[in-house]
Amino acid sequence: MNSEPLISVRDLRKIHYAGEVEVHALRGVSLDVHRGDFLTIIGPSGSGKSTLFNILGGLMKPTSGTVHIAGKDIMKMTDSDRTNLRKTTVGFVFQKYNLLPILSAEENITIARTIAGLPPVPPKEFQRILELLGIAHRLSHKPRALSGGEQQRVAIARALVNQPEILLADEPTGNLDTENSAVVLNLLKQLNEELGQTVLMITHNPEAAMFGHRTVTMRDGSVTESSD
Amino acid sequence: MINKLVFANLMHRPIRSLLGIVAIGVVVCMMLTLVGLSRGMLGASAARAVGVGADIVVRPPGTSLMALSTAPLNEKLVDFLKSQPGIRLSVGQVVFPIGGIDTITGIPLAPFDEMSGGFTYISGHTIQNPDDILVDEYYARQKKLKVGDTLNLINHDWKVAGIIGGGKLARVVVDIKRLQELTGNEQRISQVFLKVQQGTDVDATITQLKEKLPTYPIYSMKEVVSFFAVENVPGLGPFVNVIIGIAVLVGFLVVFLSMYTAVLERTREIGILKSLGASPTLILRIILRESVILSLCGAVAGILLSFASRWAIDIFVPASLTQVLVPDWWPIAAGVSLLGALLGTLYPALRAAKQDPIEALSYE
Repeated sequence: MNSEPLISVRDLRKIHYAGEVEVHALRGVSLDVHRGDFLTIIGPSGSGKSTLFNILGGLMKPTSGTVHIAGKDIMKMTDSDRTNLRKTTVGFVFQKYNLLPILSAEENITIARTIAGLPPVPPKEFQRILELLGIAHRLSHKPRALSGGEQQRVAIARALVNQPEILLADEPTGNLDTENSAVVLNLLKQLNEELGQTVLMITHNPEAAMFGHRTVTMRDGSVTESSD
Repeated sequence: MINKLVFANLMHRPIRSLLGIVAIGVVVCMMLTLVGLSRGMLGASAARAVGVGADIVVRPPGTSLMALSTAPLNEKLVDFLKSQPGIRLSVGQVVFPIGGIDTITGIPLAPFDEMSGGFTYISGHTIQNPDDILVDEYYARQKKLKVGDTLNLINHDWKVAGIIGGGKLARVVVDIKRLQELTGNEQRISQVFLKVQQGTDVDATITQLKEKLPTYPIYSMKEVVSFFAVENVPGLGPFVNVIIGIAVLVGFLVVFLSMYTAVLERTREIGILKSLGASPTLILRIILRESVILSLCGAVAGILLSFASRWAIDIFVPASLTQVLVPDWWPIAAGVSLLGALLGTLYPALRAAKQDPIEALSYE
């Protein structure tokens, strides 16, 4: 592994307020993710894994601690900096696919490039990703005409079209049947192994967690276990 | 791609988009029709006044040119005015209201024909009997009248003797004596038209007349025509402004409602765009572009609807109302609808731009 981690989290804390009640979503989480890692974070609901996902993706500000992503301190980032982080450094894959229903699969992918201010045509290397994902023949279809597995593969393509350093996947197989789950998990593994894509995947499914190089277990806002 | 997204959003809810466009279109049409009617009716009145062929109009004391004043003048004034230096012809006129803005006009036909060159008869003939009535082509069309029909006005049955071409004096013309009798205005008139002798200076003649009749408003026909403008009709200018204000308000409410529901419906989509790195400015631009397209389409729809309203007026009430097209007002009406739309979009757009991406993504 490289000595400089791509993601470095130290003593990360996040407190939400439900009315006047303090909810400690993260209680001092520390972890490192190196380039080319496939890290899975596993834990029950309410363990803080989604909060960690949102902070790493620049969707939420932490309360305290330090988070460095690709050398940049997320605590010092403005809203605009975090918006740029989502454009260039991090790609998201969600449980519910989150495709825009009014656009075709291809448009759902290229809009990420438009938002990032890039030319709509992806680079040649992206063709390899499309081949791996096996959706090249379904690009003209609207999301409603695609199966759940196909929609999730389009979502992965969208997350990778700007060649982000980190792919963040939040329960990517949560809405899929066993067969499609296996397809998506194998794809993430292939993307990691063949293209060197850094993947950070959240799941509550131990079998899915086994696709990663490393697994971090969270409970009550803390990392309780880390295994290779 | 962003424009495609904007159009896709509008096409995704076609009924809502269409209703928004139609509502804005109706507002724009309302403005254009009102201005078109104001100009059209004033223009038609001006044309009819010019068609009389007079050079000077003498009005009753204390009246404005735009006021309808039945018959307060003594008919002897006609002969008095005719005897003045430089006056060739003097014709008295009685105007009596018959409901709404319609009037019936009584004239002495022979001197009027001499002054104006006579009516153009589309069918029938001139007034031969006291109960004969002449109606212009628009009035005949609106009331479905033809020569020989009976027309009851001011509780009296008139026989349609002729249908005349529009643009001269009035839409409904009868013998002055009969009208004076029926309205209890014997030997009284509403105003007097004067024609000066050839080579006589009209303004100098008016000055001389004003010296002899200092309390009487006396106008040249040029002045009369210039008076037929929106700004010279008491209350019409402010009325038009009130309608424009209402148009802005309605445009604001229509677009506000449309865009507010659109933003609410698309909360999740806005969250998705934000997760992809869309800035608040980009979200704002997308929503504003949608409302600009809605309002511009609405403006075009409104302009087309104003053609339809003119057609409907020409078919159903050509005598009562005259609407002209007002292309110089198209950009103004479009601007007003755009202003209303932008004001209506501001809150929903700002709300969308400020939306928390995590909350938006969890929105069902």
